[in-house]
Amino acid sequence: MSIWEYANPKRFMQTSGLLLPWVTGLTLACLVAGLIWGFFLTPDADKFGSTVKIIYLHVPAAMMAISAWAMMVVTSIIWLVRRHHVSALSAKAAAPIGLTFTLIGLVTGAIWGQPMWGTWWAWDPRLTSFLILALFYLGYIALWSAVENPDTAADLTSVLAIVGSVFAFLSRYAVLFWNQGLHQGATLSLDKEENISDVYWLPLLLCIAGFVLLFVALVLLRTRTEIRARRLSALLARERLA
Amino acid sequence: MIPDLGKYAGVVMWSYIATIALIAALVVLSLWQGAKVKRQLREVEERQGRDHG
Repeated sequence: MSIWEYANPKRFMQTSGLLLPWVTGLTLACLVAGLIWGFFLTPDADKFGSTVKIIYLHVPAAMMAISAWAMMVVTSIIWLVRRHHVSALSAKAAAPIGLTFTLIGLVTGAIWGQPMWGTWWAWDPRLTSFLILALFYLGYIALWSAVENPDTAADLTSVLAIVGSVFAFLSRYAVLFWNQGLHQGATLSLDKEENISDVYWLPLLLCIAGFVLLFVALVLLRTRTEIRARRLSALLARERLA
Repeated sequence: MIPDLGKYAGVVMWSYIATIALIAALVVLSLWQGAKVKRQLREVEERQGRDHG
């Protein structure tokens, strides 16, 4: 069996229909457990007080904002190379989810930044590249709506996704390139010295798993809608021609 | 019982409220769009099935 079998819309609908309830259940379990653990059962941090509880939202959302764009780049390349419609439609389906995660990252970062840095916003390399990523998401969604022919829209948005990957990459690694700005380094690290304390680590991992699963569940749901919408417009076009 | 969040209670609560509101809006919109398209497709398929049946 080849992975390309799932590029067949009928096969995708069958498989995603079976997976969706399980992924949704796991998403709810991870998010509820992770957020309850993090919010109610972890102590305040010495330096940040109770604002440390925001990491359970901010870190997974920011990670998924970048990962969603990475997924869109991969599926866009598959569309450009192999012309599988499901691939292009899944990239289209992922964009509003990625935009929502980016907004969560920006909003929670701004709310946290006000008491900690004394400002809602700073033109820091990481913050700025993250804002540009949000604008790329908006542009990507607008481009899909603006072009009437779906294949042309898929071509143009695929190129935009590849160009925007520069900012997705920068928003992740900007702190390493420019050793300046307000935003601190990575919260999670393989280096035990740099990684956050164990007491926050496990609930944060659960929340990250919850956000990843939420993304998967929503991509499956929205891709199914896109496939149905594509079939609907094909049937209506046939009706008009008859 | 909500833990004592001290002087940062507003900051923490607003972060959670904003995040839950954004995710809820996305989920509701996705479900609504999905249900709408599914209903429209079923109607067109039934109509075309009758016309060709």
